Amino acid sequence: MKKLMLGNAAIARGAYEAGVTVVSSYPGTPSTEITQEIAKYDEIYSEWAPNEKVALEVAIGASFAGARSMSCMKHVGLNVAADPLYSVSYTGVGGGLVVCVADDPGIHSSQNEQDSRLVAISAKVPMLEPADSEECKQYVKQAFLLSEKYDTPILVRLSTRISHSQSLVEQGERVEKPLGDYEKNIAKNVMMPTMAVKRHIFVEKRLGDMKRFAEECELNTIEHKSEKVGVISAGIAYQYAKEAFPEASFLKLGMLNPLPTDLIKDFAKSVDTLYVIEELEPVIENHCKVIGVDVIGKQILPKTGEYNVGMIKKAVFGINADTHNIDEEAPGRPPVMCVGCPHRGTFYVLNKLGLTVSGDIGCYTLGALPPLSAMDMCVCMGASIGMAHGIEKARGDDFRKKTVAVIGDSTFLHSGITGLIDMVYNKGNSTVIILDNSITAMTGHQDNPATGYTIKGEPTKTVDLEKLCKAIGIENIVAADPFDLSGFEKVVKEQTAADGPSVIIAKRPCALLKGVVFSGALEITDNCKNCKMCLRLGCPAISTVDGRVVIDSSQCVGCNLCVKVCKFNAIEPITPLTKGMKL
Amino acid sequence: MTDTINIMIVGVGGQGTLLASRILGNAAIDCGFDVKVSEVHGMSQRGGSVVTYVKYGEKVFSPVISEGEADIILAFEQLEAYRYLKFLKKDGTMILNTQKIAPMPVITGAASYPEEIIEKLNKTGAKIIAIDALSAALKAGNAKAVNVVLIGVLASKTNIQKDIWQKAIEKTVPPRFLQVNQQAFEAGYNDQKGGGCV
Repeated sequence: MKKLMLGNAAIARGAYEAGVTVVSSYPGTPSTEITQEIAKYDEIYSEWAPNEKVALEVAIGASFAGARSMSCMKHVGLNVAADPLYSVSYTGVGGGLVVCVADDPGIHSSQNEQDSRLVAISAKVPMLEPADSEECKQYVKQAFLLSEKYDTPILVRLSTRISHSQSLVEQGERVEKPLGDYEKNIAKNVMMPTMAVKRHIFVEKRLGDMKRFAEECELNTIEHKSEKVGVISAGIAYQYAKEAFPEASFLKLGMLNPLPTDLIKDFAKSVDTLYVIEELEPVIENHCKVIGVDVIGKQILPKTGEYNVGMIKKAVFGINADTHNIDEEAPGRPPVMCVGCPHRGTFYVLNKLGLTVSGDIGCYTLGALPPLSAMDMCVCMGASIGMAHGIEKARGDDFRKKTVAVIGDSTFLHSGITGLIDMVYNKGNSTVIILDNSITAMTGHQDNPATGYTIKGEPTKTVDLEKLCKAIGIENIVAADPFDLSGFEKVVKEQTAADGPSVIIAKRPCALLKGVVFSGALEITDNCKNCKMCLRLGCPAISTVDGRVVIDSSQCVGCNLCVKVCKFNAIEPITPLTKGMKL
Repeated sequence: MTDTINIMIVGVGGQGTLLASRILGNAAIDCGFDVKVSEVHGMSQRGGSVVTYVKYGEKVFSPVISEGEADIILAFEQLEAYRYLKFLKKDGTMILNTQKIAPMPVITGAASYPEEIIEKLNKTGAKIIAIDALSAALKAGNAKAVNVVLIGVLASKTNIQKDIWQKAIEKTVPPRFLQVNQQAFEAGYNDQKGGGCV
């Protein structure tokens, strides 16, 4: 029976049917749901690793040990896992090894828009790219076969619109893959110079073999229609192109590295004009140019952002959409911290103190936006601490005393800890605020080594952040509640003024976690002088209507932060009577 | 080949647009259509402007809908209706919840919430159906059922049979919220005037 499935769920289903037994990943939009779905299959061992590098290393170990294994991450996560990826390309595999990487064209939830196909080329790892959920399932199964046949890890590239679109999938049965034999083989699995030199030669030969496969495989298919117009496309861009060019012939590529040569040349000969439709980098287009095939691509379509059918029609045919128009621009609606979010207290205080804030990746990156406006920089996972240390070394102690790093609990364990070790080792004095909300929140509440639970919800050891910081040499560690605004402000002032490195653990759980309860909606009373101090919290439940401050009772949970900043005692819980009137 | 039906669901992160799109997707599958549902996860879910796309027909390619291509836009909030109007087909229908939620630039005073949005939408000549879905949801027993009230309105505008919608709701909604959602669906379904449009 066909079932409507997210691309990510279909990847998980494919891995399940392929007999995978070990999956290790780190969450990252848009890849997270793959491993969440995997965790529902009890036949597969699954885990959240502290970061993508460790995740891939776990999968490599399982592969060496003879199991079919998988690791899933977002595009920037593949940078973190790049070190093992580039070398496991040399060693090859034992059991099949598949790495799923989800790109984010349009930057829906990321810090950049890099194209993972370039990583595949550079690491010399073959890459498949499905164009809908059914293909997600099929391609993952195919990837395991190819991995074992050609002795290579295989990358499966996804993008936001593939990962997060649902389409129909035919479900199959799981075929158990018996554990392969484990054989010690240092010539293959120990990458030191004498061995690696030989393995590099193997890798080049393997790429040649896979290129021959690419010329003939069913992953790359030609759909003959018009002799006038041909389109080469892959992945989600293929779906857009199919609608924009209903009459054209298509070469749909399912394998993006290595790319075929003869197949493309033959296809080019069968049409008068040839377009390449691909989001982000001109990977297919450049390949066509290298092999002497003339195509139209990036000269009419951008390297930035997502494509859509209308955009392609406009660029190719000059057709504008027929739409209803309103001249007035709609004000933007950027994402905001949720009502009851513990980070709101932290950033309110940091803004009030006017500190330079070295930031990191997570929900709290939203602290950069007005009105909290309390983040100066955010580059990648874990960078906040190293950057704060660099700021101190560049600008000296006075500036350091007006600077803090902020980093979430999961991000700290991902790659912040090494920055902190660097700071202690190299005699830094910066203050790091670990925003411990007891969960990996931004990606949708995944457990991590500091939550005390595994991906399956089983109790496990909990990393004690305080003891961890102590063990690496931090002497000044203070836990503080970010909702105790005055107490938190005092702690930040003290720690930034002190000499020596310090850590403040801002401890309060994510407002969306089960078991977090608030007192219930608040309202503005007649005491209000309309000073608008409460608006500085950037709470989505507080706004103005006809110039007067109001609290939206359908949104407010009663976290009471606004009560604390109000100098006129003008915010109180809704009384049953007024609540009745509001309804 | 029958044309693909393109439906957009727009709103504010946290309003339940995702669940609405999944109910719609499940109803369309039950009718034997090819279906694609494109969702939003991650950062933009946090109170930002969110849009999900549902397309169904004989064969669906792109999961995303371009400007001027939506048969129906189901808008959970006035400003979001206004923002996405340009995606509506000339003869398309906008179903609009009259609720207003101020975005942060309005809260901080950097921008102002457009006035008389419904009047402006009507002036463009687009077919607009406005409903106070929040009040209807509260009557059904839960403010969070706004999404299913709107699905009810949408259901009354499609050629998909009512019992298929009801089954899709049973399949998609957690059992403990089923009764509230069934009432919310009825409220939306019975609210509307006029016949089917797609």
